[in-house]
Amino acid sequence: MSRRLLPLAVTILLFIGMAAFGALRYDGFLSLQVFLNLLIDNAFLCVAAVGMTFVILSGGIDLSVGAVMAFTTTLSAALLGIGWNPYATMAVVLALGAAFGAAQGFLIQRFRLAPFIVTLAGMFMARGCSYLISTESVPISDPTYVAIAQARIPVGFDASLTLGALVAIATVLAAMRLAHATAFGRAVYALGGDENSARLMGLAVGRTRIAVYLLSGFTAALAGIVMTFYMLSGYSLHAVGLELDAIAAVVIGGTLLAGGVGYVAGTLFGVLILGIIQTLIAFDGTLSSWWTKIVVGVLLLLFCLLQRLFESRSRRTA
Amino acid sequence: MTDAAIVLRARDICRAFPGVQALDGVQLTLRAGEVHALMGQNGAGKSTLIRILTGVYQPDAGNIELLDRAVAPRSPLHAQQLGISAVHQESHLLPNLSVAENICAGRYPRKPWTRGGGIDWRETRRRAHELLARLGIDIDVDQLAGGLPAALQQLAAVARAVAGDARVLILDEPTSSLDADEVRALFALIRKLRDQGVAILFVTHFLDQVYEICDRITVLRNGRFVGEYACAKLDAPGLVAAMVGRELAGTSGAVTHARPEGAASPALSARNIARRGQLRAMDVEIRPGEILGVAGLLGSGRTELARLLFGLDPRDSGDIEIDGKTARLEQPADAVLLGLGFCPEDRKHSGIVAELSVRENIALALQARMGLRKFLDPAAQRALAEKLVAALGIRTPGIEAPIGQLSGGNQQKAIIARWLATHPRVLILDEPTRGIDVAAKQELMNEIRALANGGTAVLFISAEIDEVVRVSDRILVLRDRAKAGELPGGAGEDAVYSLIVAS
Amino acid sequence: MRRLSRHALFWPLATLALLLLLNSCFNPAFLALSWRDGHLYGHLIDILKNAAPLMVVALGMTLVIAVRGLDISVGAVVAIAAAVATLLTGGSFNAGGEVASEHPLWLALGAALLVAAACGLWNGVLVVKAGMQPIVATLILMVAGRGIAQLLTGGQIITVYYPPFFAIGSGFLAGLPIALWIAAGLWGVLHLALSRSALGLFIRAIGGNPEAARVAGVRSAAITLCVYTFCGLAAGVAGLIVSSNVKSADANNAGQLFELDAILAVTLGGTALTGGRFTLAGTVVGALIIQTLTSTIYSLGVPPEVNLVVKAALVFAVMLLQSAEFRSLFTRRAAADSGAPR
Repeated sequence: MSRRLLPLAVTILLFIGMAAFGALRYDGFLSLQVFLNLLIDNAFLCVAAVGMTFVILSGGIDLSVGAVMAFTTTLSAALLGIGWNPYATMAVVLALGAAFGAAQGFLIQRFRLAPFIVTLAGMFMARGCSYLISTESVPISDPTYVAIAQARIPVGFDASLTLGALVAIATVLAAMRLAHATAFGRAVYALGGDENSARLMGLAVGRTRIAVYLLSGFTAALAGIVMTFYMLSGYSLHAVGLELDAIAAVVIGGTLLAGGVGYVAGTLFGVLILGIIQTLIAFDGTLSSWWTKIVVGVLLLLFCLLQRLFESRSRRTA
Repeated sequence: MTDAAIVLRARDICRAFPGVQALDGVQLTLRAGEVHALMGQNGAGKSTLIRILTGVYQPDAGNIELLDRAVAPRSPLHAQQLGISAVHQESHLLPNLSVAENICAGRYPRKPWTRGGGIDWRETRRRAHELLARLGIDIDVDQLAGGLPAALQQLAAVARAVAGDARVLILDEPTSSLDADEVRALFALIRKLRDQGVAILFVTHFLDQVYEICDRITVLRNGRFVGEYACAKLDAPGLVAAMVGRELAGTSGAVTHARPEGAASPALSARNIARRGQLRAMDVEIRPGEILGVAGLLGSGRTELARLLFGLDPRDSGDIEIDGKTARLEQPADAVLLGLGFCPEDRKHSGIVAELSVRENIALALQARMGLRKFLDPAAQRALAEKLVAALGIRTPGIEAPIGQLSGGNQQKAIIARWLATHPRVLILDEPTRGIDVAAKQELMNEIRALANGGTAVLFISAEIDEVVRVSDRILVLRDRAKAGELPGGAGEDAVYSLIVAS
Repeated sequence: MRRLSRHALFWPLATLALLLLLNSCFNPAFLALSWRDGHLYGHLIDILKNAAPLMVVALGMTLVIAVRGLDISVGAVVAIAAAVATLLTGGSFNAGGEVASEHPLWLALGAALLVAAACGLWNGVLVVKAGMQPIVATLILMVAGRGIAQLLTGGQIITVYYPPFFAIGSGFLAGLPIALWIAAGLWGVLHLALSRSALGLFIRAIGGNPEAARVAGVRSAAITLCVYTFCGLAAGVAGLIVSSNVKSADANNAGQLFELDAILAVTLGGTALTGGRFTLAGTVVGALIIQTLTSTIYSLGVPPEVNLVVKAALVFAVMLLQSAEFRSLFTRRAAADSGAPR
């Protein structure tokens, strides 16, 4: 049992280590709000990364996440701009995101296309459609959205969370239950473990794969809604490269890119680690923000190499 | 025993694939509480029959009755629901999930709605534990299936197969990677299931295992049903004869033996080579101009030996010397540089590059040996290819045709042509005559003999023992991944068979 | 006609011709060429010049895809090479009132190319020695590489003032853009290397059946490493052209989405993503198609945003056409349950 949790433990320890480093080095680092900000500022990344976790667990990949998020923001801004009801808007974009994801999943499953190239084209398509709606940044002034964006939920000690952060937490919890306690979740793990064996066992491999991409599209749209609260604008250039951050969060969270191994909780910590890297750099003040990319790249490399080691070791003992 | 109730009856099963009739009128009768062996050589149709029974393929003709009811499994899930379960050679467990989860996958117990409605993990573990205890298997249900040794994975796979009240259990080569103790444990489990009334179909190529555990045997050969026998009434030599067939091959003319004179130093000398789970330690020596034949049943280690000698698989022990010099054979490129050649058994997977032309396929090994810069321009490749195509009688629309378009036999010839082009020091041929028609086989054998006469040392592996006997100067007999013995050229087939079946 | 249509380059060339025709319908002067300022001038020349960096990157990508690999870090490598080149060139007024470069131009360019090649080698090592999936291995450089480029430039846009540097991207030689000469030269060198040595055969064998190639004695590992290194080098050359053209290096935006365009150019040209057979000429045509597409959309007065949607639709179409399962929908043979056992 403990061997399975080892990657997750490594991630959590890494996070604690970075937090400790920050606390020792910078004044004011060790405050509750600083840590809550990790969640607040990265809420949309968290939601998207949760959906990405399922895709990667199934052995696939989804590069269209950032583009779907951007599309969600521009479509929301446009609909709200012409007077749509805010909740109807949210429902529509969620449905579209899910449909988009399902379409990608269908192409991948039915025609045996490589997930990489299908979601790559999907990324083009989604961002292109976003551009078609509007190329400029469109501010959102719908009162419901503004109220949600400005809402603060106090958690004591002078700290507070946003609704976006709450959505992220709720998504993580729901995903954990989905992964651990439903037949669908276990089928995702089975698919990532050995597709052929899963099929021979009689598991619904095709339906699971399509559902996984549907889920990813849905969470991308949800992440887009959260981003809309955060930015209060619809802009086609939102979330450029966010899918890479999501993949990095998932990998750093301990999920194997080959599929079949990993925890949603790990992804949460992966997101927090990405957030804390940025916070550390911001606190330092002297380092430029692009160090984030380098550090993330290095972490990604280390975790990937560790994964290779883990895989080759387990293959030898099996 | 003979009056036991018939659980499954498959009649007149036929199934064809593009270019090959895999099954032609096959019969199979499985009885409750009986272990039934399914035997046959490569291409006999065993795996196709199993895939039909488990719903992976549908038969072109014939019918299947389960407990006197006509059934037609449409998918593995459907077959399992009908009560037909299978355990395959690779245990096909999900390596990243626990044993308990593997056993219950797809049929998880649920918590009631009042407690959330999710998967009841405690109940899952309890059920798995109880099942394993009932079957006498000692495995920790929480352990990841991938971390178990192959033998325990096999047992767990069997447990999963019977967890759903299977009436028919198919075991497809379950003992290939097991040692004696592990086989014993598996057989204990099989006996327990048999005593519970399950009809068990046991596919294997290990003769002694058949006689140890099975009650009846069905033999297939070339897709046809040869016969159903009771174990007590058919002895080992008779079984082998039924599997391999003693019909006249029709190839006239013995190939002339030019036995090499004197004790020339060996072209290839392998001492104590072994690979865990693949081949037990043995010595092999081939002299220049000699054809060393390798005979043995399927699974005896023939291909494993070839791959070790060529450097395709890493060896755990032993040294190889080429022309008396120690050779560092770590990858095929090393072997090719040293003048070795290898014609693999599975030409589709390791032989041809399907989309390249016949010309390019033939020139490939020679070019690889010559390196990057010394280039065989297309004209030279063409000349080479045309010469060899003519010499071996390869039927092709032209040397520019993609090799994937050729028939299997002609593809095989092209691969041999590839290695002939390199004028190898040592040529290893693994089943070179498979899929080649009778006349072409003779041509090929003559070509191989000519090659040997020219000084090449040849290792000739074939499932057709009469072929091995006819062309070899010496015969190496393998059994169960170890050397059973060596015979001089001219030894008859009976001598080979007796080494194979000797216990 | 049917014989002609079977030729591998037919559909790419036909697509290109169609686009050019469409363009000239809306803009009669589109196909016009004139001689001005000592060089050829016209829309076609612009397309050729602007397509050059993409051509170069796509040529490198073609070989990587041919060995069943992928390199999504090329955009980042373009940015890194641009940063190195511009930093080392710089350009400031010297004592004589002329603009001189920080370092000799050949040093600046050489260093940039060396760094780019090293990036390619890095990717190759991860794929071959560490056994990583190509997407994952090159993803790492894609993420970190931009950071490295920004680190080198200090987050600033580095402007170059040294005139000879501009020649690469904006200069002309014998009437045609130097950038085009560079792309053509690279294509020529590749073509020679592939047809005059065994390299082409080996790459096709590795991509067609890696196991069979290995058994036949081909040194797959070494060749794959070289292919990735070359891809990095090609990205470096593209980086030089791009930065020379805009006389600066913008680490954030240089080469943005380049990898996607490169993959698209390769697939449009007819090379399958599954590896094996490849066509350099097809890739060149594919790059021209993408560039002409951008031009067409612009000259049609269609908002440039449509570009992405059209590209996406193209990729989907090409993917589906390359998929055996899709094609089998139109032939009578069933896709499922086929193939002999084993």
